[in-house]
Amino acid sequence: MSGYTPVLHLVTCGSVDDGKSTLIGRLLVETDSVPIDQLEYARTTRRGGSTVPVGEVDYSLLTDGLEAEREQGITIDVAYRHLNLPNGRRVLIADSPGHEQYTRNMAVAASNGDVAVLLVDAARGVRPQTHRHLTVCALMGVQTIIVAVNKMDLVDFSHEVFEEVMGEVRTTAARLGVEQIDGIPVSAVTGANITTKSDDMLWYKGESLLGALAVWEPVGRVANEGFRFPVQFIVRAQGNFRGYAGTVVAGSVRPGDEVMVADSGRSARIDRIVTSDGDLQEAKFGQAVTLTLDHEVDITRGDILASGSSLQPADRFGVDMVWLGEEPLAHGRSYLLISGSRSVPATVTSVRHQLDVVSGHEHAARVLNMNDIGRVEIATDRPIPMDPYEQCRDTGGFLLVDRVTADTVAAGLSRHAMRRAFNLVPHDYEVDHQARSALMGHPARVVWLTGLSGSGKSTIADAAVRKLHAMGIHTYVLDGDNVRTGLNKDLGFTPEDRAENVRRVAEVSKLMRDSGVVVFVALVSPYRSDRETAASLFAEGEFVEVFVDTPVDICSERDPKGLYAKAAAGNLPNMTGVGQIYEPPVSPDLILRGTGDLEASADLLVAAILEAKVVRT
Amino acid sequence: MHQTVPYSAVLDELEAEAIHIYRETAAAFRNPVLLYSIGKDSSVLLHLAIKAFYPAPVPFPVMHIDTTWKFREMIEFRDKRAHDLGLDLRIAQNLEAIAEGVTPFSHGTHEYTRLMKTVALREGIDRYQFDAAIGGARRDEERSRAKERIYSLREPGHRWDPRKQRPEFWRTANTQLAPEQSMRVFPLSNWTELDIWRYIQRESIEIPGLYFAKKRPVVERSGTLLMVDDERFPLDQGEVPEMKSVRFRTLGCYPLSGAVESTADNLVDLIAEMETSKLSERSGRLIDGEGGGSMEAKKAEGYF
Repeated sequence: MSGYTPVLHLVTCGSVDDGKSTLIGRLLVETDSVPIDQLEYARTTRRGGSTVPVGEVDYSLLTDGLEAEREQGITIDVAYRHLNLPNGRRVLIADSPGHEQYTRNMAVAASNGDVAVLLVDAARGVRPQTHRHLTVCALMGVQTIIVAVNKMDLVDFSHEVFEEVMGEVRTTAARLGVEQIDGIPVSAVTGANITTKSDDMLWYKGESLLGALAVWEPVGRVANEGFRFPVQFIVRAQGNFRGYAGTVVAGSVRPGDEVMVADSGRSARIDRIVTSDGDLQEAKFGQAVTLTLDHEVDITRGDILASGSSLQPADRFGVDMVWLGEEPLAHGRSYLLISGSRSVPATVTSVRHQLDVVSGHEHAARVLNMNDIGRVEIATDRPIPMDPYEQCRDTGGFLLVDRVTADTVAAGLSRHAMRRAFNLVPHDYEVDHQARSALMGHPARVVWLTGLSGSGKSTIADAAVRKLHAMGIHTYVLDGDNVRTGLNKDLGFTPEDRAENVRRVAEVSKLMRDSGVVVFVALVSPYRSDRETAASLFAEGEFVEVFVDTPVDICSERDPKGLYAKAAAGNLPNMTGVGQIYEPPVSPDLILRGTGDLEASADLLVAAILEAKVVRT
Repeated sequence: MHQTVPYSAVLDELEAEAIHIYRETAAAFRNPVLLYSIGKDSSVLLHLAIKAFYPAPVPFPVMHIDTTWKFREMIEFRDKRAHDLGLDLRIAQNLEAIAEGVTPFSHGTHEYTRLMKTVALREGIDRYQFDAAIGGARRDEERSRAKERIYSLREPGHRWDPRKQRPEFWRTANTQLAPEQSMRVFPLSNWTELDIWRYIQRESIEIPGLYFAKKRPVVERSGTLLMVDDERFPLDQGEVPEMKSVRFRTLGCYPLSGAVESTADNLVDLIAEMETSKLSERSGRLIDGEGGGSMEAKKAEGYF
């Protein structure tokens, strides 16, 4: 394939101060991409601060809108525009604001980018944000970076100034492993080297900016790359038709080719490539088609059909992550990972380091905050196939989604699969928890009591355990304070540490459940998503969530451990109910009032367990 | 030197992107619906839906927001298409407002649009419990649409909160919904008006005849040519509709859709006319006119 690109995805980086609005506005006008009434508006309307005489086009007005948004405090924003090049190529521009707090916007804009135009003000030279732009573009896999050294008219179109800027940029680009970097000296205000070559800079022998966009061809897509086809939708139609609909995100495929279901390792041959315009002899990168196979194979939405380079499932990955959420990353917390058309619960098991996007240095870090980029390790609930991001964006990039708010909180770039999934095969012991339960004479369960400090969790658990013990039921209580003096003594009370605390206690309770006992967990566990993570370890009915609901003023009055007094004195900033919020369960299996009679509460709990047939004696 | 890119290659990419979005929407949402407004964009949208699921039928219903003030020809076209294609067509109307006698003449265009379109749309989505509504909006229609997402999240009450809009990476969509959230999905986001026409031409897609020039009875109001489509149009004293050769660039409620004088009665002439005129598409639409940023405000209320 000759490799021509009908639609070029362009990302523009730089701030208003660099002249970015003017540059984009000029590109739009000079390629005839602006309707005449909007052009008229840009000739006649003036905003405060504009120095452009009425009657001439104020290019910045053609791309405005972002200013107003900034006032409203909208922080994720990318504007999408298009222009047509004289050779018929379409350019889709993803334009992101350049200020430093907008790293995540840049990441969004760069995620689809083939080419980035990075503006540098010739008069001001390379600035920290130039490094930030280069770093994010390199990270997100933008192949070609065109440095538009702007405002050349202000530096007398000096060749030396241009070379000085480019020298500095190239040093950074080399460190980042950018594949291709070009420099073009321009003036957005005068139009020099934007659509046509300028007579003011005869020393510059390269293309104009538009010319460079017109001749650009991808360099990276190598001929021997593997075929990748994430299945989006199973098409079933009359005559036993069963086809797999999706988009070819890498490589190509022909009828007769053998492909493997990356998830199961089973293989089949392509029978037909179906489209409504007739069958195809080849499906290429970017085409949306429906594939049929020569024999029945078990395939569901989200599976990947692959050939060529190997793609195997794993359940641990080293990834780079751009944190987008307002809440910081909490390791140990369960998020939904979306990779292509597949979603699977996943947790961040450790944060390796955070990247300083200006200096390129890696700092040790335990959390990632909004706009941070870092290297982390993730664990998925079941093995999934992911390519290294640099090989394929669609099968190597993923989103993390908050399971309660459904917000996208991170964009991840898979770097390597850690094969631990294959090295650690759980041994299936013949004597399992059901066998042990049979011997015990009652099934094993986890009863999870959540509530504020001082709400009465431990007291109620203690009373219920006494009653169950008397009935011959084997029990154990995992108490928050007791666990924190040993197993979890390395953890504090930040949201991240609380998530890890819950994760460890949940895993321990699962081991104890396997041993056949009824495990009580008495833990503040203030965050809904942490408790959901814990619950997700167990089958339906094995996990009983009990909300010990006691008003905070009563808890602080009781204050059995003196914690509320300390918090009031300002010595415990992370105290739940004071400095940190408590998220009550939405639909707990049982609610107990901590202000009620203790024996009655314990009876209720025992009765609920017995009536729910959770425990049979 | 570089080769030229045939227009068809650009259309192929836009088509593939739209089909990808369709399949994702059909698979990921519990109960999606295609919002069909009968115009050229809806015609393309419908055509793409049929292509996306071929050889299976379109796996979701189609809903039309009927204000009762659409051109008669539009309604005839709608019913014929639904019949020919075997569509599961639902009609949403604000019956309360209709009973109260709300018309484009009695109420300001903003209030009329809010009641007859926005409220009717919200009620329709709620009644059938659709969790995703697919529409034909394009980013080139208006400057404020330039930052609209392909998957545009709506909060409880169909509210569009700019702060909650999700960043879109690669082809990967976060289609998860919290309780009472819903999604609007725009597969034609990256298309231009000219792309729509070129695609209609390439694919021989049926569109209403109102897009083509024909002698029609019109009156001029504040410089805008309006078609007198039925007897409900209140003529001023002594005002007589004039027969002029006109066509419509966008179709909606006939009292709100400005006609342009034209002789383009076929696609080739029409596309040629469009390429030379270069007026923005919504310039003939009366509903955008009231107040600055009016599209923005309508969207926040739940308008498409």
